[in-house]
Amino acid sequence: MRTIAPVVEKRWETPSTVTLRFDYAPLARPGQFVMIWLPGDDEVPMSLSYTSEGRKGVTIKAMGETSRHLLQLEPGTRVGLRGPYGNTFDLSPRRLLVVAGGSGGAVVAPGAEEVRRKGGSVTVALGATTAKELLFRERFTAMADGGLEIATDDGTAGHRGYVTDVAARLVKERSFDAVWTCGPEVMMVKLVRSAEEAKVPIFCSVEREMKCGIAMCDACAFGPYHVCSDGPVFSGERLRDIPDFGQFKRDASGRRVRA
Amino acid sequence: MADLSTTVAGVVLPRPALLASGIWGESGASLAAAFRAGAGGVVTKSIGVKPREGYPNPTIEQFGEWGMLNAMGLPNPGIEEYPKEIGQALAAGARVVGSIFGGDADEFAALARKMEATGVHALELNLSCPHAKGYGSEIGQDPQVLAEVVKAVKKATTLPVWAKVTPNTQDTALLAEAAEKAGADAITAINTVRALAIDPVLRRPVLAHGFGGLSGPAIRPIGLACVWKIYERVRIPIVGVGGITTAQDAYEYILAGARALELGTAVATKGINVFREVHEGLGRLLDEAHFATIEEAVGQAHRK
Ligand SMILES: Cc1cc2nc3c(=O)[nH]c(=O)nc-3n(C[C@H](O)[C@H](O)[C@H](O)COP(=O)(O)O)c2cc1C
Repeated sequence: MRTIAPVVEKRWETPSTVTLRFDYAPLARPGQFVMIWLPGDDEVPMSLSYTSEGRKGVTIKAMGETSRHLLQLEPGTRVGLRGPYGNTFDLSPRRLLVVAGGSGGAVVAPGAEEVRRKGGSVTVALGATTAKELLFRERFTAMADGGLEIATDDGTAGHRGYVTDVAARLVKERSFDAVWTCGPEVMMVKLVRSAEEAKVPIFCSVEREMKCGIAMCDACAFGPYHVCSDGPVFSGERLRDIPDFGQFKRDASGRRVRA
Repeated sequence: MADLSTTVAGVVLPRPALLASGIWGESGASLAAAFRAGAGGVVTKSIGVKPREGYPNPTIEQFGEWGMLNAMGLPNPGIEEYPKEIGQALAAGARVVGSIFGGDADEFAALARKMEATGVHALELNLSCPHAKGYGSEIGQDPQVLAEVVKAVKKATTLPVWAKVTPNTQDTALLAEAAEKAGADAITAINTVRALAIDPVLRRPVLAHGFGGLSGPAIRPIGLACVWKIYERVRIPIVGVGGITTAQDAYEYILAGARALELGTAVATKGINVFREVHEGLGRLLDEAHFATIEEAVGQAHRK
């Protein structure tokens, strides 16, 4: 139930972010993730940043030890893959706002492209610490017929400050059928509030510790749900009933720690 | 329809199939959700004295329909943190069995006291995890050591004590006999079967830990054989576990001698609704066979 496949392409997206592509046949939908195994190291969940073709891709930001190792992989290195797992973004919105912070763009980009391909309109709010760290700037520019708005913490591009401020203004000023977001949890918590005030349905891709990937071991417990199978995409409505959201996550032992 | 309630060592369960230890058991919300989805009760993740992260991934390997291998490495938040999770399960109205694992009799006894204080209805002793150094089956394979642990726990608590035994031994029933003699109130059988997966391309074991425990349909006939033998040799109730996925599987375990059941892997392969499915189907099977209660059917395959 596991495929061993070589990395066939590697691309630096930002100074801290890499896309790895591999040929992996199983059907995948936007929002889903794979468990990617670096033999001798670890196996971690990674959302698919490229879902449509046989050639899939993941986009990894240097965070923990394993992601740092993944960044060092060169074409030809073999990795283990299982999945895709998890639920997907609903592709029906006609007017979509995408809000991506940090590496979150990797999660929302393929679905937004799909919405655009189906004739929907896509607006993007993209945030990063600094201009160089804006992920998929070109890719989002190409799909964002509704415009691409940028925010950086240091003001080196676009609005200086949080992408949540940009997004809050957008949902107030314009009408959207849905907001999709992925990024730091504090950011998503704020966005859920803004979207609710504007009465726009919002969908967040949530991250938690993951082990089995098949709703068994409980490592990714999130309220009465499991991020690996009930998520990773949760509606704002459902998040209201999940006390964990924005409050705590669980470490590898299952202990509650601040989110 | 037949009465599906059953009693294990004084603990009345509204329905016979419980959530097995290690599945949906780290968080109180998950335990509560399993109960609301129809589980007759829930067994917690095995809890130790200290928080433990478990092994690195990969921790599982799936084998399609017939089973899966895991070496989670007993991750758990530790007994000091865990009571709030149990509180959530109890608040939902669930019958909760607290599973504990320790390195020796004293550690088990200390854990038993703390687990009792959380309000659980019974204790399950993990004497059978096949892949944790110094714990589980490394202790539970030796009837003498197992007996010491059971005695120490019995002395430390007034709760009913279920001893969960390993199939990775010459004679599982011998372990059950030792547990009964030492005062155990019930036997849970079985834990996973020690096994290995190798990746032929990479030429290495798949799981980070190497060995793991096999679960799911592949081990059902092994579990049945263990329950059968144990039923012939002990008088205390047996809780049957291992590969139960359908109502018929559950019925077979009851006929072999089980008074209650636990489901693990089936929760992943069929979803949490598996409890409703198994209970509904089991009710029909008991009706067809004219058993009015589970009790009447227990061990009925042993008739000469
Ligand atoms: C992912 C996983 C974790 C488990 N963790 C524990 C555990 O912490 N304690 C324990 O006593 N058994 C544990 N088990 C064993 C199960 O409780 C059960 O005995 C075994 O899986 C056989 O039942 P099944 O075929 O229905 O899964 C675990 C099993 C699995 C698959």
